[in-house]
Amino acid sequence: MGTEFNRRGAIKRALAIGAVAIPSASLLSACASSGGSSSSSPSKGATSKDNPFGVDKNAELDVLIFKGGFGDDYAKRFEKLYSKEYPKAKVSHNATQNITGVLQPRLNGGTPPDVVDDSGNAQIKLDVLQKADQLTDLTPLLDAPSIDDPSKKVRDTLMPGTVELGTIGGKFVTLQYVYTVFGLWYSGKLFKQHGWTAPKTWADFISMGAEIKKAGISPFAHQGKYPYYINVAIVDMAIKHGGLDWMNRLDQLDETVWDDDAAKEAINAIYQIVQKNYLLPGTNGMTHIESQTAWNQYKAAFIPCGAWLENEQLKATPSDFEMTFMPMPSLPGDKLPFEAIRGGANEPFIVPKKARNVPGGLEFMRNMLSKAGATAFAQSANSLTVVKDGIGDDVPLRPGTKSTVTALKAAGANVFNPTYLQTASSLDVDMGNASAELMANRIKPEEWLKRCKTATVKAKSNS
Amino acid sequence: MRRNSKYPFIVGFLIVPVVLYALLVLWPYIQTIGYSFTDWSGESQKMNFVGFKNYTTLFSDSVFREALWHNVLLLIFLPVITILLALFFAFLLNVGGRGGTAGVQGVRGSAFYKVVFFFPQVLSVAILSVLFEAVYRSDGGGLLNGILIKLHLENANNPIEWLSDPQLVLWCILAILVWSGVGFYLVLFSAAMQSIPKDIYEAALLDGAGRGQTFFKVTVPLLWDSIQTAWVYLAIAAMDAFALVSSLTPGVSYGGGPDHHSEVLSTYLMRNFLYAGKSGYACAMGVIILLLTLILSIVTLRVTRRERIEY
Repeated sequence: MGTEFNRRGAIKRALAIGAVAIPSASLLSACASSGGSSSSSPSKGATSKDNPFGVDKNAELDVLIFKGGFGDDYAKRFEKLYSKEYPKAKVSHNATQNITGVLQPRLNGGTPPDVVDDSGNAQIKLDVLQKADQLTDLTPLLDAPSIDDPSKKVRDTLMPGTVELGTIGGKFVTLQYVYTVFGLWYSGKLFKQHGWTAPKTWADFISMGAEIKKAGISPFAHQGKYPYYINVAIVDMAIKHGGLDWMNRLDQLDETVWDDDAAKEAINAIYQIVQKNYLLPGTNGMTHIESQTAWNQYKAAFIPCGAWLENEQLKATPSDFEMTFMPMPSLPGDKLPFEAIRGGANEPFIVPKKARNVPGGLEFMRNMLSKAGATAFAQSANSLTVVKDGIGDDVPLRPGTKSTVTALKAAGANVFNPTYLQTASSLDVDMGNASAELMANRIKPEEWLKRCKTATVKAKSNS
Repeated sequence: MRRNSKYPFIVGFLIVPVVLYALLVLWPYIQTIGYSFTDWSGESQKMNFVGFKNYTTLFSDSVFREALWHNVLLLIFLPVITILLALFFAFLLNVGGRGGTAGVQGVRGSAFYKVVFFFPQVLSVAILSVLFEAVYRSDGGGLLNGILIKLHLENANNPIEWLSDPQLVLWCILAILVWSGVGFYLVLFSAAMQSIPKDIYEAALLDGAGRGQTFFKVTVPLLWDSIQTAWVYLAIAAMDAFALVSSLTPGVSYGGGPDHHSEVLSTYLMRNFLYAGKSGYACAMGVIILLLTLILSIVTLRVTRRERIEY
């Protein structure tokens, strides 16, 4: 705002007082809502077997997509699937990086889109939307017949955990569509070249770090500007040590989890990276792109990330890089095996409650959850979806994605996914601050644990 | 012209801007004040009246106090540094040249320098943040770190993480604000200096005044109006700093990190408003910011009031 102001030119004193009001105005006017008349008449047709939600054939469908790492081509292909079913319906496609900027005024004005991919840096938090009663209950979608096999319910064609993860406040209100696994990543080529093998235990990881350093490479990089990534690594190690019971207590915001050995062991392990100086120089201040690109340039051996990494780094990755995924290494006494990984759905799709064409929104999602939808997504966005066996063998996968499929098979039932990120936004913010301080060696593990405990208490009182 | 017929004419000119101002500025203010007494989440029209609770919470909120302190620091340093630099450069460009037979003039190439100094002003904030992300990058690839490493002033394995260093981050932001602001005030002061009659300077020169004396005894007093205006503008910019802090500093949603060390009121407001679903609370913050800005500008204008020198 400062610069807009400076540009107004040399206005003299008489104007100066009036001018004072203007910058504050732009801050404050953010608060103004439009008073919102929500008198839209929802369109609904008759339900039938092929039309379980009663879509009105002529009703317009309004789609809003976050255009981030996955682009928005996939959404255009979904829209084509919908148009094939309902050729008379006009489908309007909007894609943006700034979901909040587009969605918030429309929610407040009572005229939201029919389907929204509420994702990215500027997403509106789902717990906030749910509390404000802005989300349609998607349970009818789960109970509707699948497009590929009408004898099956959509519910039975999904990867395990999809329903749980999409449930906020006891209702299934979000369809988390992209199936992602989280862990460490390395270059298969680099490791072969030096004769290294991916470590399975943390002790091996640490001793291997010394070797990697000798080769003139930093053992570990992380996306320091956004502490989310290192948080995932820390919490995953704690969950593997403390088991699902520990995770459930964390999700219920039980602050005593931070007194457990699981939390202590995990944070002490991560702190070893700092103590032993294994970090890529400067990584604490880097954005995700800067650090991941440095890793692609073989400046660091490991980096924590989710399975979107491959698509995100498509251009920066050398063709012989052999991007490979591995689970977080084990600590002694872990309750879960080494193969256990955080895996689950993300990229939340919602149908706003006040949308004009709620049935159309649900039908759009039913199309997303068909094999044609899953294949379209895999082809245009290089990622898996929550549709079980949704992709035929004819769809070729990139090395990184292939390695996640292997890891997912090896993990079997040992896939976990904490939900506190969706239900307690403030814990994530506070924990991120603490983790950034720890990685920069400005606080010690004891202080980190103390801060997380305080943050958990705070998050509980907010909810 | 008769007195009566003047008013419809004036009103005709004023009605549109006044209505627009009321609708787009005053009405949102009033709405904000209203919302600040509610627990509005920002995502629907449902809300409850909570009285002064948001305001009482605000004053025991340590992050809010920290953010306020950072704004105060910016408020002290941004105007002082920017105005001093701008005055100094403007003086050199207009009257600092070697006084020879040609009388009062700027240093050689002053027209060129003026353009160079003004250049940052034409860059949008978005470009500034991309530019300075590269300048402050936390490894050897950054401009500052690259230079320091080449000069062997720092170890490549232990670079300064400018924007992730709690001691430095706020000053890094301040440096950008000064860098991008000096040019504008330089031009402002230059314009004002050129309107000062040359004979005053020539008289001063004849009386044997050096550059320093001319600057403090002639230039500054005659520029006081412009300096005062600059001060108010810069104070407002210091209360803001939103765009740079939110785009450059680390932290979840609108930056402010590391660990709130670069938090300013506006970033904390936005995080509460858009991310945490505490829009009512954020509106209370907005009201406090409005009050502070108003008090500040009134105080600035009062304190700096001096007798006007006519020339």
